[in-house]
Amino acid sequence: MAVDKNMNVLIVDDYKTMLRIIRNLLKQLGFNNVDEATDGSMALQMLRVGNYGLIISDWNMEPMTGLQLLREVRADAKLKPIPFIMVTAESKSENVIAAKEAGVSNYIVKPFNAETLKTKMVSVIGDFS
Amino acid sequence: MAAKGVDRDLGLRLDAIRRDHGETVRVDQIAEVVRAMLDSMTGDINANDLKLYREIESLADYIHAAKAEIAALRPGEIKNEFIASATDELDAIVGSTEAATNEIMDSAEHLESLTPLMDAEVAARLTEITTRIFEACTFQDITGQRITKVVRMLKEIEGRVESLIKAFGSDTDDAPAKADKAVMTDADLLNGPQLPSGAADQAEIDRLLASFD
Repeated sequence: MAVDKNMNVLIVDDYKTMLRIIRNLLKQLGFNNVDEATDGSMALQMLRVGNYGLIISDWNMEPMTGLQLLREVRADAKLKPIPFIMVTAESKSENVIAAKEAGVSNYIVKPFNAETLKTKMVSVIGDFS
Repeated sequence: MAAKGVDRDLGLRLDAIRRDHGETVRVDQIAEVVRAMLDSMTGDINANDLKLYREIESLADYIHAAKAEIAALRPGEIKNEFIASATDELDAIVGSTEAATNEIMDSAEHLESLTPLMDAEVAARLTEITTRIFEACTFQDITGQRITKVVRMLKEIEGRVESLIKAFGSDTDDAPAKADKAVMTDADLLNGPQLPSGAADQAEIDRLLASFD
């Protein structure tokens, strides 16, 4: 099934600069419908009223972390199927394991490049090149 | 009191010796009195007690010296001046790198907006270049997080210094502050870069320079 590049993508990060970087990289990959949230609770509110095809979230945020957001998403019947990519500087194996156990679709360690972002996106939503 | 009891016993014994022998006393009798005196002390202070008292005394001296040394470090100054200053400097680093990163990205986005005006091959190459620029800008997020960690550690140190000040009371603030240097050296002038709040801008520098004319 072809990937719809017009899908809504939600990016979540408390660093405005990082949101801008990811938005630009997504734009270069052909994804222009990108919304931004600066923490997990804001993201959850947006997810509950919007229609998103992909979540790309940082881990280290306050008051709700990316991991908590992931758990909330996976516990919600409507949001559960949305692919969730964690983009974080937390690179310890216990972090990756915790994210996997919580239901993460893929995991990107910062700093990352456009190719890594594309590869991980293809692995969770399918080939869009 | 035990000590008065010992004195009385000793006095009675000396009186008895004086009665029996007058003012001339044999050495073995003196030895007997001394032995009796030492025996009478058993139960009051023994060698172990003396050793313990000496240890406690040296411990007290050690604590006193440590307290004086901590006071000389002026922990209040460390907390209020050095740590606060270091935190401000780190915040300034985060602020300036963020501003610089945004400037770089503004330029990259501007370049990218020109791609529709170019032929396809050039546009593709330019997009590759701007992608590299965006990727490189992720350094700001990483350095920001690292600096935040350092600030958190400084706060932890600040908390511990504060506990130290509370534990030792006001004594720690009694040490004399560093005397102001009468003569300013070249090294004293090296304090930059200034924090934005305390820095003069170019217009102020120009005005200052002009005031010498």
